[in-house]
Amino acid sequence: MPTVIPEDSVGLVSPQVAQFAEPLALACGRSLSHYELVYETYGELNAERSNAVLICHALSGHHHAAGYHSMDERKPGWWDSCIGPGKPIDTRKFFVVSLNNLGGCNGSTGPASRNPQTGRVYGSDFPVVTVEDWVNSQALLADRLGISQWAAVIGGSLGGMQALQWTISYPERVRHCLCIASAPKLSAQNIAFNEVARQAILTDPDYHGGHFQEQGTLPKRGLMLARMVGHITYLSDDAMGEKFGRERKSEKPNFDLHNVEFQVESYLRYQGEEFSGRFDANTYLLMTKALDYFDPAASQGGDLAKTLSVAKADFCVMSFTTDWRFSPARSREIVDALMAAKKNVSYLEIEAAQGHDAFLIPIPRYLQGFSAYMNRIKV
Amino acid sequence: MRADLEIIHEWIPSGSRVLDLGCGDGDLLASLAEHKQVSGYGLEIDPDKITACIARGVNVIEQNIDQGLGNFASNSFDVVVMTQSLQALQYPDKVLAEMLRVGKTCIITFPNFGHWRCRWYLTTKGRMPVSDFLPYTWYNTPNIHFCTFADFERLCHAQGARIEEGLAVDREHRHSLGSRLWPNLMGEIGIYRISGAGLAEHRVAV
Repeated sequence: MPTVIPEDSVGLVSPQVAQFAEPLALACGRSLSHYELVYETYGELNAERSNAVLICHALSGHHHAAGYHSMDERKPGWWDSCIGPGKPIDTRKFFVVSLNNLGGCNGSTGPASRNPQTGRVYGSDFPVVTVEDWVNSQALLADRLGISQWAAVIGGSLGGMQALQWTISYPERVRHCLCIASAPKLSAQNIAFNEVARQAILTDPDYHGGHFQEQGTLPKRGLMLARMVGHITYLSDDAMGEKFGRERKSEKPNFDLHNVEFQVESYLRYQGEEFSGRFDANTYLLMTKALDYFDPAASQGGDLAKTLSVAKADFCVMSFTTDWRFSPARSREIVDALMAAKKNVSYLEIEAAQGHDAFLIPIPRYLQGFSAYMNRIKV
Repeated sequence: MRADLEIIHEWIPSGSRVLDLGCGDGDLLASLAEHKQVSGYGLEIDPDKITACIARGVNVIEQNIDQGLGNFASNSFDVVVMTQSLQALQYPDKVLAEMLRVGKTCIITFPNFGHWRCRWYLTTKGRMPVSDFLPYTWYNTPNIHFCTFADFERLCHAQGARIEEGLAVDREHRHSLGSRLWPNLMGEIGIYRISGAGLAEHRVAV
């Protein structure tokens, strides 16, 4: 909790809600007749409306990317290290928009919302949404805010996929795309990890086929396991080794099959438990599916360069050396396709020990390269 | 701009697509983009230089040249440039072959180890040359593959590359009468334009 708001913080912020009554057609063939998107903004939109930046969140992210909701908030928004006055996404220059995606569980319409047609909570009846659907809904939010073109669309991981999709779906509406710690599509291994997470949720007896709210339960165990598996893939072997090593809670082994012994077990359980108390199981399933389905090149016979040839944006791609969820090789696939398509692109492969999570961490070289790119964007 | 870059600048046709291996701060690409509508990419591994490129809007890709150019299609660039990096490469022969594959024309500059000062140093002192221009000791130098102009030309021939143009200059990048008559003795820096065997007929307008 901040006793004083730091000078490089966007300060106290409050979320806003945009309501949409026009039906939104989705990739799955279904549509949403009414929906809401919750979002936050930081900085001021200039008179030319040319300084707007969209932040796209990753799997468990949301609209609260920077600043504090109140003086009682324990931690600032999830990307506070990169958004604020003097930070890479400098709010003295840019007007930043950050939303919670459709299907989320932080205020935007999602599985935990009530279906206006039935009056019941959607639960697993909520339609499966894709990265393309999200980008379409983000474009409608941009219309609502009077933003015809983003100075930049920025995201890490699943957020980077949305940033990339923007340049394909709405080439005229994006001047710069920053795609960080991301991939052009998931590998079989990535999908496999997602499937373990989904099975953990689906087989939890408290899941009740996705209608657990109506039963007054929560599939906390399943969600906890899903997060534990996910969390392993966010950290590098080195980072885990450094943080926990083989450290135990007690000095000697207690030859007990059922209790926590190693610190890393305790950490994972804590992370899983904390997450299972604040996240919606159906949203988790949806987000992992959106990841699995993302493959913009599929419609072009797998030719990513051809897929990206429609883009008008300049690109900045960044990866982190110890990220094994979306390794540098995955980012290089994007970079190579962009070069083959003769797009303006710069690529940074940042030495970092933290694994996939590095994109959230204020690593000096990362911030330096990020700032250098953002500073040269004309608004 | 560095003097060898000024000469190269003249050699690159307007509107070309250029790949600059070891592009440093992006001086050459920035100037070519501004004055000759050249587009392309620089490869670099030094973090500060990469940041400098990004800051001035030069497309820079963090990539180690020694690991090859396998991610670039054959003949995908009009010109592949490499200045003052040949001698620092782990595999100069392989990189040269890759340059010839990827670029229709290649421009390479490197210091001449056959220059009379190097020869004199080695002859009189019996030790590896150290000078203001090449200030490193043999055991602690990024320059691990020195060659002479004659050596370089032999490698070009071995790879079936055609030398389109060669210029020997001193460290101020002037070409004197001496460096014209006895380049391998009097020239300190070589600036070469070469092309691959498969493209003997290809001419770049200069």
